[in-house]
Amino acid sequence: MTPVTWPCPVVRSRVGGGGTGGGFAEEMALTFDRGRTPRLLIVPALFEEASKLRRLTVEVMRRLDGAGIDSFLPDLPGCNESLQPLDAQTPESWRAAMAAAAAHFRATHVLGLRGGALMLPDGLPGWRYAPAKAASLLRQMLRARIVASREAGVSETQDALLEAARRDGVELAGYRIGPEFIIQFELLLPSSSDNLRDIEQEALGGGGLWLRAEPDEDRAQADALAAILAVGIKE
Amino acid sequence: MIRAPRTFHTGIDVKPMSSETDLLLRRILTDVLGLKQGQAEGFTADTGLFGHLPELDSMAVAGLLTEMEDRLDIVIEDDEIDGELLESFGSLLAFAEAKRAEP
Repeated sequence: MTPVTWPCPVVRSRVGGGGTGGGFAEEMALTFDRGRTPRLLIVPALFEEASKLRRLTVEVMRRLDGAGIDSFLPDLPGCNESLQPLDAQTPESWRAAMAAAAAHFRATHVLGLRGGALMLPDGLPGWRYAPAKAASLLRQMLRARIVASREAGVSETQDALLEAARRDGVELAGYRIGPEFIIQFELLLPSSSDNLRDIEQEALGGGGLWLRAEPDEDRAQADALAAILAVGIKE
Repeated sequence: MIRAPRTFHTGIDVKPMSSETDLLLRRILTDVLGLKQGQAEGFTADTGLFGHLPELDSMAVAGLLTEMEDRLDIVIEDDEIDGELLESFGSLLAFAEAKRAEP
């Protein structure tokens, strides 16, 4: 496993709705690259779920490496090792980043994990693992904030939080999210393509690791997911 | 703190262990808390949850409530969410059963 950098388009600015066109910045990716032909780009799960699924993701990459498949796990700009500000990002900038990563690593296939399935680049065949709806992810993060505030004796509602978030951005579960992100994310639908197949949690056995209160691992689930991908790629 | 439906009393005996809601709720807690198979069967009405299990933070609680909505086919309102609801397995189960009984 090798950490590498790749050139990622930078969003111009928060003012005026963002957009790309601000040049390129280096972002990190974990890679298993032995110059082989099947090359899988993995778009990580979003926010807290990325941490919960990190171990599973990397364990799947190790297994794919053993099966003769190269794989690439780029950071989303504003997350992990990224130097970009998270609150300047939008779903559009994340999609552009993942498209740039797919081109840079010459991906032949894609895998989107949970909310990552919302950020898949167009045109490549692949999979959506337990795809999450944007509205559900947002609702859950708003709810986490409401639970935390309630404990602190402050009463908040989803509607009021959302209204303020669309105007000023919002901090949810420790993530500072910009207003443009919220506005785009609320309406975001999974990329639909005949090239993409869904892998439901039932196919892996056991409960989804993104649900866990603490990050955990599950060898059997990593085996199952890697097997589905390896068989599908070599079809 | 979480306000339960008006018909609900904490501390009183919960429904028989075999109810479907009971079973589903134990499964959800198994997934969220990463329990071993069968471990959740040991939960009683007094088993403490939020405030008793350090790993059950606000994000985990939000996930738990969302899973309850999906798997129990209920809708939980913002103003129903408070600490008492999640205080114990018994209070959470009573809430879930009352919610499922709503027309």
